[in-house]
Amino acid sequence: MTTNPSEESTGKERIGVYVCHCGTNIAGIVDVEDVAVWAGKELKDRGVVVARDYKFMCSSLGQELIEKDIQEEGLTRVVVAACSPHLHENTFRTACGRGGLNPYLCELVSIREQVSWVHTDRKAATEKSKAMLSGGVERVIFNEPLEPLHVPIHPATLVVGGGIAGIQAALEIADGGFPVYMVEREPSIGGHMSQFDKTFPTLDCAACILTPRMVSVGGHPNITLLTYSEVVKVEGYVGNFTVTIRKKARCVNQELCTGCGICQEKCPKKVIDDIYEAGLGYRKAVYTPFPQAVPKYPVIDKPNCTYFQKGTCKACQKFCPTNAIDFEQEDEYITVQVGNIILATGYDLFDPRRVTQYGYGRLANVFTSLEFERLTNAAGPTNGNIVLRDGVTTPQTVGIIHCVGSRDRNFNNYCSVICCMQSLKFAHLVHERTGATVYNFYIDMRTAYKEYDEFYQRVLEEGTLFVRGKVAEVTDAARKPGEEGKLIVQVEDTLAGKQRRIPVDMVVLSAAMQPRSDAKEVAHLFGISCSASGWYIEKHPKLDPVATMTEGVFIAGCDQGPKDIPTSVAQGAAAAARVLGRIQQGEIALEPVRATVDQEKCSGCRICNNLCPFNAILFHEDRMVTEVNPALCQGCGTCVAACPAGAISGTVFSNEQIFAQIEGLLRVNFEHERVAELA
Amino acid sequence: MSENFEPVIIGFTCNWCSYRAADLAGTARVKYPPNVRLIRLMCSGRLDPTFVFKALAEGADGVLITGCHPGECHYLEQNYKALRRFLLMRRTLAGLGVEPERVKLVWASAAEGVRLANEIAILVEEVRALGPLNWPKWVSGDGHSMVPIPEAEEVPA
Repeated sequence: MTTNPSEESTGKERIGVYVCHCGTNIAGIVDVEDVAVWAGKELKDRGVVVARDYKFMCSSLGQELIEKDIQEEGLTRVVVAACSPHLHENTFRTACGRGGLNPYLCELVSIREQVSWVHTDRKAATEKSKAMLSGGVERVIFNEPLEPLHVPIHPATLVVGGGIAGIQAALEIADGGFPVYMVEREPSIGGHMSQFDKTFPTLDCAACILTPRMVSVGGHPNITLLTYSEVVKVEGYVGNFTVTIRKKARCVNQELCTGCGICQEKCPKKVIDDIYEAGLGYRKAVYTPFPQAVPKYPVIDKPNCTYFQKGTCKACQKFCPTNAIDFEQEDEYITVQVGNIILATGYDLFDPRRVTQYGYGRLANVFTSLEFERLTNAAGPTNGNIVLRDGVTTPQTVGIIHCVGSRDRNFNNYCSVICCMQSLKFAHLVHERTGATVYNFYIDMRTAYKEYDEFYQRVLEEGTLFVRGKVAEVTDAARKPGEEGKLIVQVEDTLAGKQRRIPVDMVVLSAAMQPRSDAKEVAHLFGISCSASGWYIEKHPKLDPVATMTEGVFIAGCDQGPKDIPTSVAQGAAAAARVLGRIQQGEIALEPVRATVDQEKCSGCRICNNLCPFNAILFHEDRMVTEVNPALCQGCGTCVAACPAGAISGTVFSNEQIFAQIEGLLRVNFEHERVAELA
Repeated sequence: MSENFEPVIIGFTCNWCSYRAADLAGTARVKYPPNVRLIRLMCSGRLDPTFVFKALAEGADGVLITGCHPGECHYLEQNYKALRRFLLMRRTLAGLGVEPERVKLVWASAAEGVRLANEIAILVEEVRALGPLNWPKWVSGDGHSMVPIPEAEEVPA
């Protein structure tokens, strides 16, 4: 331990210490006045010349307090003991800047998140606050005046996911006059919304409101649409990402194809459509998922194509009037430069097979909500007729089970938000189209938001029967006359206080929304994080719902959590607004956390050379020294920690700062112990 | 060892995951013992082993190192480097006569406030069971032992 900060710096700096009450948030547990008085007295020899406590440091009056002290007391360093730096670091740095002090000479000590909110003992909390404050004071002595890094923002944006949230985001940005790359995994954009028939609560036809938007995306001069494509690599940082995208081989030449659909007609191979038709219908081996698909060009599904599997057929090629079929086409990798990224990757439906007692996959007439959507869709496999699995029989009674895989400790704790309204919509559609008796089995009805509860009242008046209780079992084992050949829903009716067995012809499971099965990998690809449930984490749950912790990466729609169409659209627009603001500004200021090599000290051992995942470290063979490229350095500090000669230093988190903080953090403890020893 | 020994633990947290987990524990009002004092780093990869030795030498009884789960590092793979250093550090500590259990590595994502709080509570109890380290009392400021080394006894030939 060669550095001994305590001797080098005593009394050099004039430090101001500010302890925030945060109303009672901090003051309720920590004796803030005592902390401030203690700092003024005990840390005087460390350079503290002002120590104050104040009700709300982040208020304009609190900030003015700091500004005034900088000017009148000639402060050269500021330490604020308040909330997490992730919340108000910027506020206090800016205040210091206004007072004429370099913003980076300010240090925030988190005595709210790390003390008052997590501890209950007043004495221990006050002691810990003192220790943390002492750590902050020692550290700030070694803070250096810095300038933020200004990074230009590339005007293009990448939107990942072509569902309604992604479409909205892309259109907002493109209409604002900036280029957008939209990447969609499936052959067409549209997402889950394109599978629906009606949307609650207004019962608008989903296709009628969605397809014009899809067409706008497809034809927009500012949007480059890359369907049947996936992002494989993301490099760089906010303002300047380099994104590699794999365009899967469509085997259809988009220059020549007119989208006439003859290939689909002539293709002899029928395949069960697991994705768009939810397994209820068929498509061909060469297909567009649905008639209004954007783009209109089909794709050849290689694993199912007779030519690719057996080497003969080529029916599509023979009949194609423009010779657009190209069996030789290969995957193409393209690289694009973008300044910002919006992730709108959507959700997966919970697999109800996991709730074995509901019999999905075992009992033919148990359907998932997505299957039912396809049954009701006029363009679906049954032309909108609600029929049983045999394809002809209209059900006389239908049971709709809410909360399948959600609000259930065995699967997902969260509420899947849309299922109540979706189940009400189903009930209405069954009434309207078949006149069947409908039972809704619910735990709680959750019909918040505009016009939703009115829709619930309407469905109640239509005569749908509501049974409050979690369904125990769906079975085909008849016990009583009248149950033969039916599905029996066994449920405790908690309002009537009795067990009921209700025979029905059809059961619809309102399955939960789940994070995409590859959400974690995608999160890792873009450098963002997932919550415990697997949804992407927003920067702030209330105040910053579409940004992420990673600068330049935004989220919208159901990848952030279950939500309905209006909210997804709102989020798409919100993310676009954030991106547009960035592009208009032209540049962004970043934390100047970077590593630099003192070439005088570098011995050329090259230990650091292999540690950097961003290739920011260069080795000069001629001079046998290493250099860090500040444009590529991300500031993790791994090389700083590895350098045996101590030649690499990292700004904002230098060795001196951290050693000093350790000393400061432990000093309080020591005094305490010594006093105890003497006693 | 005194009955009411309260260990002091220095924790190193990653700006992207565990520091945010600590923030989350705060916002969710999850309680944990006040014995831990956290230091924010940009990444667990920034953890210079000397930070740990410095903390122990300055009077800490234990050190908690936290970072993103393997495969989830904000800087792609630097937490693996922290893991390597941690394993070496434990061996070095054992060589220095310090129980390696005083230094613990915990992976905690930004969503795992409860987990971080639990791990802190566990480490506090583990270190409490080990007793005070009292390293600073063995070692003087210039790094020399303060405990006199007994002179070698003369051994008859």
